[in-house]
Parts: sequence; C-alpha cells; structure tokens
Amino acid sequence: MKRIILILTLACLILTLMISISQAGEGQLVVQGSTTVLPIAQAAAEVFMQNNPQANISVRGGGSGNGIAALIEGTCDIADASRPMKVKEILLCQKKGISPVPHIVAMDGIAIIVHSSNPIQGLNIEEIKDIYTGKISNWKELGGEDRKIVVVSRDSSSGTFETFEKIVLKGKKVIPESLAQASNQTVATVISTTKGAIGYVGLGYISNTVKALPVNGVIPERKTVVSGKYPISRPLYMYTDGAPQGVAKDFLKFICSKEGQKIVEKQGFVPLSF
Amino acid sequence: MKGKFFLKEKIIKNIFLLSSLTSIFFLVGISLILFKEGLPLFREINFIKFLWGKSWYPTCDPPEFGVLPLILGSFWITLGALIIAVPLGISAAIYISELATPKVRNFLKLAIEMLTGIPSVIYGFLGIVVLGPWLQNLLDLPIGLCSLTASLLLALMTIPTITSLSEEALFSVSKDYKEASYALGATKWETIIKVIVPAAFSGISTAVLLGMGRAIGETMTVLMVAGGAAVIPRSFLQPARPITATIALEMGEAVVGSSHYHALFSLACILFMVSLALNLTADYFLTKFRRTSQ
Repeated sequence: MKRIILILTLACLILTLMISISQAGEGQLVVQGSTTVLPIAQAAAEVFMQNNPQANISVRGGGSGNGIAALIEGTCDIADASRPMKVKEILLCQKKGISPVPHIVAMDGIAIIVHSSNPIQGLNIEEIKDIYTGKISNWKELGGEDRKIVVVSRDSSSGTFETFEKIVLKGKKVIPESLAQASNQTVATVISTTKGAIGYVGLGYISNTVKALPVNGVIPERKTVVSGKYPISRPLYMYTDGAPQGVAKDFLKFICSKEGQKIVEKQGFVPLSF
Repeated sequence: MKGKFFLKEKIIKNIFLLSSLTSIFFLVGISLILFKEGLPLFREINFIKFLWGKSWYPTCDPPEFGVLPLILGSFWITLGALIIAVPLGISAAIYISELATPKVRNFLKLAIEMLTGIPSVIYGFLGIVVLGPWLQNLLDLPIGLCSLTASLLLALMTIPTITSLSEEALFSVSKDYKEASYALGATKWETIIKVIVPAAFSGISTAVLLGMGRAIGETMTVLMVAGGAAVIPRSFLQPARPITATIALEMGEAVVGSSHYHALFSLACILFMVSLALNLTADYFLTKFRRTSQ
C-alpha cells in the first residue's frame, strides 16, 4: 500500500515536471477541461496541427472545474467547459489577476434516453422532473408497463448534470437512490442493458441501442437544438485568459470556422449555425 | 586504498538510507496535504453533521455533506466481499499448504498470483458486461449494478491476498506441532482444524485484514459496478456508493478551493485513516505471529 502511494506520487511528480517542461516554447498550446468538449478539442487539434506543423497542442480532459482551475493557475491556455463559470471561480480569477473570456464553440443537446423496449413515446419536462425527484417511481403512472423506474444520473459535479439540473430539475434534488455514473458512455451502457431505466446523455451519445424520447413533443436532434426548440440544450465553451493571442487565437478561429464546425458536427455535437 | 573502499561503502549506505527516507517523506507529505485540504471544511460545517449526515448533495444550494451513506457503502460492500472471500481464501490456503502435492501446489500458487495481476478496470468491465446483466436476469432485479455485484468482484480481487498470505502463515507452522498431533493419534482433518489453523491464527488474521484493506481502497471496480446511489445500504441487491467511487467520480469536476473540494479531501482523510488502521492492526498481528511461531 505504502509502496503504491510512493510510486503514484513519483509518477505525479515526473508528470508535472514533464508538463511544465512541455509548456515552455513557442507554438505550444495546452487545452484542458470538460470531458464533453474533449472530443471536439482533440479532433480539432489534430487537424489544426496538420495544417500548422509548427503548432503543438496538447489536449487533456479532467472536467470543467479542473480546466477552469488550470486556467486560473496558469497551467493551461484554453479551458474547456460545458457550463459557464461560477461566481466563485470568477472571484478566484479576479484574485489571481486573470480575466476569463468565454468563446462558444458548439451547442449540445441533452437527450432523455430509455431502454429500447420501453413503450413510452415521449415525456414533458414536468414528468422528467417528477421521475428524478421520486414523485413518479413506476412506468405504469406514465401509461407504460408495470415496472419500477431505475433513475440513472451523472456525478453531481459534471457539466451535463449541472445543465440537466438547471433546465429540468430547477433546483430540486435528485433522489439519492439514483445511480450516479461517471460518463455519458456509461449512462448509455446502463440504459441499454436495463429495462426500466431512464437516463440523460449528450446528443452525441444517442445510438440505436437506446431510445431517445421527445421532450415536450420535440425530438432531440441537431435541427431542434440549433433552432432552440428542444428545451434541454446548452452552449459549450472554451475560456481564455484575456483576448486570445498567437496559437490560441488561430486555434479558436479554426474551431469556429466552417471546417472546424464540420468537426464539431462529426463528433456528434451541434454546430453554430452553418 | 582501504580508506577509499570505506568511503565508497559509506556513500552507498547513505544513498540507501536516503531512499528509505523518501518513502517516509512521501507518507508524511501525503497525510499533511490530505489534512490541509480536508480540514478547512469544518470551518463551514459541523464535524458531527459531516459524519452523521445522511444526505450527500455536494453541489446543491445549500450543499449537504453527509458522508454516512458513503462510509457505510464502503463497509457494506467490503463486508459482502469478505463474507465470500474469507472462507474461500482460507480453504484454498489450507488445501495448498496442507493437502496438495508439490506439483499441484506450485500450479495453484502461480494461478492465484496471476489473479492479482489483473487490472481492476478489467474486473469492472466484466462486472458491467457479464456479471451485472446475468445477476439482473437471475434474481429479477431492476438493475444489475448493485452491492452484490461489487462484493462478488471485490471478493475475487481479495482472494489472492488472503490465500497467499494465509498459505504462508499455515506453511510456516512448525513441523513439530504437526508431528506431535499425529503422534497423539489425531487424523489429518483434526490436525489441520485443531492444531495448524489455530497456530497460524494471527497470520491468517493479518491476511484477512490486508485483504480488507485492499477491498476498501479499491476504486475502479466499485466505481463501475456498485451503481453509485448515495443511500444508506439496506440490502445487497441495492446500488451503493463507496467513498473511493465518490472521490473518483467528483474530484475532476469539483471547483478547487470550494467546500465540495474540501469535503472530498475530508473523505480521503477518512479513507486514509481507515486503511492506516487496518495496516497497523495487520502489522500488530504479524509481529505477534512471528513471536508465537518461533
């Protein structure tokens, strides 16, 4: 046990050393943060580096909070976030003399998914809220089969959860019996194998192994998210310290360009009006 | 010539001393950081409320940091794992050390060692894909990701620890005891149960405690298969959320310096102290075992 801790600590030390070394030099860019934005950043960075061989972009996940903390600490240049900054984080920025600038790079819709055998044809926000707060606990109450509803949620600090909480739950609490899963993918996996389950995932994670329900009668798809008709949607951000300069500026410009937005679409997100 | 030789000797000795001190340095450093980051939470909330609180809503407004369901979740799943792993692990150890022929013994030891080498994420994966759905069908559960699935997998992971350490303890019981028992006319079974196992008792206890330490600290598998519901466990067929899974799940997204962040560090402190206590108790039994077997 002690040995494991030792090895881990050493590994961390070496890693931080490597990171601090890799941050020196021209054309370097460190992008860190939300796991939702990660696939966009990664795919965009690959294409960008092919077009600009002198640029060296390293992309990391870790979560929105993690990326923003790194921006505040100065260990990354661009922080990915699937939510706007919180007041506490902005205050921390001010304290450290950092002026965060948000750039919206894509839109994301959150789809409500159930097992493919579930006969339910759609839900409205109010019903989803009642399911997640425990008021409705059997599919029978919604006109479905007599089956207990297994509520699947995300860890309460993920950006997806925060958006879901804000739009659907409106400050009410998820029942503690809900299953907290660590990623969009695991939510989709659990739903696909559990008959009575309901969950929510980013639009990019809808597949034919699960059934995505219309919300308030609107089908979750690109068109409805862009037009703002689909109720559970959110912008995805990249934050920089002050106005972006150098490689960071070019990179953000690239993501918002037609080519960049094609990548966004390919990753299963909704491009910004192209 | 001689002086040079001694100088070299001295340098090498000090290098080794330094490397042994680094582990102490890191241990102290880790505990300092854990407590430094964890303690500020109690400026905001009461310690008793933290420990006995029954709801964990770290990001709500106002947040609730009741860790009782998480602590009980950890112990519950570990208890389940031990109920399965202790009898299986010890019986396997008895077979390997007392009954198996040398050839079988070597083969089994190798097989059990190899079980230790499987990364925990693979156990978790098996749990999600195979064991979970299978249990769900078999027991007609609403969901296959529950304490039972986690306990079964953790049992599989702790059996190697318990078996190999118990086997060592059983094997090092003095041959005199065994021969004296046979000389008194005891059968093989009686000798094992009444002489060898009691003589190796403290060594077996060490094995169980270290196995428990492994189970309680395991993160990846429980994160994947325990279900992650922060409720006080009442049945093995319900989802639960252990301390380790909570930290792994939430640390990445917690705002640095927020009370949520400090609460996760406080949880880590609790986990650290539990595993420290387990290791120290195991160590105590081990020294006792050395004394009795000599």
